[in-house]
Amino acid sequence: MQIPAPFEYARADTVDDAIALLSRYGPEARIIAGGHSLLPMMKLRLARPEWLIDINDLFELDFVLRDGDRLRIGALTRHTTLLESAEIAALFPIVGDAERVIADPIVRNRGTIGGSLCQADPAEDLATVCDVLGAEAIVRGPLGERMLTMTEFHRGAYETAVAADELLCEVRIPIRPRSGSAYEKVERRVGDWAVAAAGAALSFAEDGTIAEASVGLTAVGLDGTVGAVTELLRGERPGEQLFIEAGRLAALAADPVADQRGPVDYKRHLADELTRRVLRRATDRVAEFAGATGHPTTPQEG
Amino acid sequence: MTILQEHAPNPAADDEGRPIGYGRLQRKEDPRFVRGRGHYVDDITLPGMLHGAILRSPVAHARLVSIDTTAALAHPGVVAVITGADLLGLGLAWAPTLSADVQAVLVTDKVRFQGQEVAFVVAEDRYAARDALELIEVDYDVLPPVVDARKALDADAPVVRDEMEGRTDNHIFDWEAGNKAETDAVFAAADVVVSQEIVYPRSHPAPMETCGAVADFDAVTGKLTLYETSQAPHAHRTLFAMVAGIPEHKIRIVSPDIGGGFGNKVGIYPGYILAVVGSIVTGKPVKWMEDRSENLMSTSFARDYIMQGEIAATKDGRILAVRTKVLADHGAFNATAQPTKYPAGFFHIFTGSYDLQAAHCSVTGVYTNKAPGGVAYACSFRVTEAVYLVERLVDILAAKLEMDPAELRLKNLIKPEQFPYPNKTGWEYDSGDYERALRLSMKMAGYDDLRREQQAKRDRGELMGIGISFFTETVGAGPRKHMDIVGLGMNDGAELRVHPTGKAVVRISVQSQGQGHETTFAQIVAEEIGIPPEDIDVVHGDTDQTPFGLGTYGSRSTPVSGAAVALVARKVREKARFIAAAMLETRPEDLEWEKGRWFVKGDPSVGKTIAEIAMGAYGTVALPEGIDGNLDAEVTYDPPNLTFPFGAYICVVDVDPGTGHVTVRRFVAVDDCGTRINPMIIEGQVHGGLTDGVGMALMQFIEFDESGNNLGGSFMDYLIPTAMEVPDWETGYTVTPSPHHPIGAKGIGESATVGSPPAIVNAVVDALAPFGITHMDMPCTPARVWAAIQGRPRPPI
Repeated sequence: MQIPAPFEYARADTVDDAIALLSRYGPEARIIAGGHSLLPMMKLRLARPEWLIDINDLFELDFVLRDGDRLRIGALTRHTTLLESAEIAALFPIVGDAERVIADPIVRNRGTIGGSLCQADPAEDLATVCDVLGAEAIVRGPLGERMLTMTEFHRGAYETAVAADELLCEVRIPIRPRSGSAYEKVERRVGDWAVAAAGAALSFAEDGTIAEASVGLTAVGLDGTVGAVTELLRGERPGEQLFIEAGRLAALAADPVADQRGPVDYKRHLADELTRRVLRRATDRVAEFAGATGHPTTPQEG
Repeated sequence: MTILQEHAPNPAADDEGRPIGYGRLQRKEDPRFVRGRGHYVDDITLPGMLHGAILRSPVAHARLVSIDTTAALAHPGVVAVITGADLLGLGLAWAPTLSADVQAVLVTDKVRFQGQEVAFVVAEDRYAARDALELIEVDYDVLPPVVDARKALDADAPVVRDEMEGRTDNHIFDWEAGNKAETDAVFAAADVVVSQEIVYPRSHPAPMETCGAVADFDAVTGKLTLYETSQAPHAHRTLFAMVAGIPEHKIRIVSPDIGGGFGNKVGIYPGYILAVVGSIVTGKPVKWMEDRSENLMSTSFARDYIMQGEIAATKDGRILAVRTKVLADHGAFNATAQPTKYPAGFFHIFTGSYDLQAAHCSVTGVYTNKAPGGVAYACSFRVTEAVYLVERLVDILAAKLEMDPAELRLKNLIKPEQFPYPNKTGWEYDSGDYERALRLSMKMAGYDDLRREQQAKRDRGELMGIGISFFTETVGAGPRKHMDIVGLGMNDGAELRVHPTGKAVVRISVQSQGQGHETTFAQIVAEEIGIPPEDIDVVHGDTDQTPFGLGTYGSRSTPVSGAAVALVARKVREKARFIAAAMLETRPEDLEWEKGRWFVKGDPSVGKTIAEIAMGAYGTVALPEGIDGNLDAEVTYDPPNLTFPFGAYICVVDVDPGTGHVTVRRFVAVDDCGTRINPMIIEGQVHGGLTDGVGMALMQFIEFDESGNNLGGSFMDYLIPTAMEVPDWETGYTVTPSPHHPIGAKGIGESATVGSPPAIVNAVVDALAPFGITHMDMPCTPARVWAAIQGRPRPPI
């Protein structure tokens, strides 16, 4: 048994209660939801919070809700719920792609989207997913609620814009017409962190050209999406030559470090290879998309 | 799962179809495990029990300058803090290993590997003990470490064991087997020679239950009761008596349920000794359970062999000879558990399953600044490394000769009529029908169809590989004239008592860590004396209750202890004959045995069952002279030879050329372990071993950085396979009984761990053959597979 350093524990009844507890106990308090990242770090004594604020009773943060042209997901929504949601599967197939390769069922039954984003592990799959989908984070604190783009939310490895007395409450994802998305990860073993992964989201204009595009990379040293790929794809018709160039640009944007999962050149190669794969699959999925308009458009080869 | 050649229904079965004797019997131990009622070392709580925790070195090589325990002692709940200096005073700072070396219990002079034991805190609960570790201040003077075994013998290499008088290098031993001159002559004259450096990387057994102990020293009676995670309780008792100076009859070792061993629980770790010292010092029971990182970083590793192998053949594919030079990394202390005569274990079975003209190996063991051990992980005393070497070499030879690897093997396998087969390094293989097993595996796999599918895939640019391995194990150590561990002959005892009502208890010296001994050994007794296995209790794991024996490792339980159990049951059966004769007022030689009963020859209606005979034995029947009034017996079994299980494995993999990811699509395993006692348990053993093989071949190894930091110190970094990485296992079998074993059984425990890694690596290399690749080292991670094909022209395939 690995034993964490001593800590105190409080259980929040409401969001306001959680925020009050965070305010009271200060920066050495940590929120615990699924605990599948925090607890191992505590057991290895890499994390030593003085207080754990348990938010597992905040059922008001456990929801998936279609609200006009956006999907609202409560921060306490478990991975399993995301994986099993038919609505999410129809609107954002990238979420299912990613969820299927996040850890294992035991972790997915407890782990939450809010926990994943706030942990801000560089190998976190949902961070990439939210990046490419253009999600927004709703954060609440003693002074009220604020909305952050993913660019604002992320502050690098293990850091976010969520203040010590704030709680991530919700993630909102815009629903775009004629869209498709995909995620692919290479891992040494199921449940291991990604060697590398890529996610892509595309939406098409009515004429079959690409209206919006974003590609994100996991575990290869890139925050946010690959700007050069977005610029490259926008206004173009999808096609293999274009995706090859996108892969090349993604590899250039990657800044991986060598570790036991692989050397730099391999990870950079994966950024390229996986970018091409997810762009192909996202494009194929546009044809199946019926989420926003009910009028699927088949893109033409460019 | 495919099972070929299923047994016919057992005619000797009870009303519910359960076998009385061999057959598929559900495991007797499982009801308690599936209900969460297993009883492990960490479940033991004694009145007043204290808890220990070990402070471990953060660096691999350093002089110990000072230790300050003041703050730790002042921590609430802390009862004692023990350092190496304290142990020096007790003469316990160093303990003998199982290989004629010594190992530091706590550091006194310098640290020799990262994770080494530095101090021991005893506290009222395990939290206080753990927290107090952070309050011990240690000053280290860091030294350059020896991490790469290849540099360990360099003239300027730091000396790991400079505490040994006169020692100026890191050399431990040189050992060889076979005839060098003969082998070199065959190589010189051969048409074809291929050579390859083959690395079997360091891995760890990683049993689900980590190691631990509860020591309870009673100062009044002078008796030490030690609950331990031990695969060898009797050997541990003798060693504790020799080390700690406690008389052996005052030591009781109890190994309760053990959550997996795989060799990890053969050795005596500093933690066990510290729990004992803690109990003696505090006068209270002391529990010590290591955590996962401690287990991975400090307890017995496995493998770590760098093998330069060569194979010689004629140009038409007749294999002539194999030779190899091995560099063995033993870590900071030589703590491997090999029989005394064999510092490289049974590595000299590297001649494999082939009829050779000559063979030679030389092994050099070295010290490095890494954790000691080398006993472990289902290795059958280094057979794993040997089989991997020869099976890789045969595949490399097949590539060179442009022969199909199955065809090359079929051409060179030892033939049934050659058994007992004396190989070129001193073994006598007991029995085998190798070609039958290989052909069965090829039939199950649909080998020719697989090759056709592979060609079609290659034409499309897809990478599919088919790998074969054929292995011969050598297990059941062993004959006392050849084999001992620290002077203890490798024999095992068994005692059988049949109670007056015909129920029985059999006491054995080997300790189960999941092998199903409580079922298998009951079935052996049932087969021999014909009472249901449910009526037979198997007692093991308590030195006060069981006869002496060397324990469970190296697949030796069935070959050695199984033989002891069969023989003790036969002794009881023979004694029952005399008692039955007295009861029936006839002569013993006029009685005939059928399972469970002696009857009068020619009049089967007149007879006595074992239960009736037992009641007679303890009752008032007038016993013949020389027959005691019981139905008990005991034996100690000294095996005349080892047993040689074998098997043919075929693995099919798909490789993603874009990512290097390997998927094991199919795996066919045909095993021959001689007589099969419980086929269900055998299949379970095989499934587990095959899964181990996937781990070793694809993901599992302990890496160190140049400072000697262990990079595999948790399950986040040290990967063990899951159900997602393994296919549905397809198992089959042949039966070639061992001629010298009382029931013909050979053992199965480690066969699959030995046989599967080469099959998987051979399949991966076969998938990459179009790139001109003939070898890659384990584990075949995506990064390594991808790296292997970079810069190579992809030929038309």
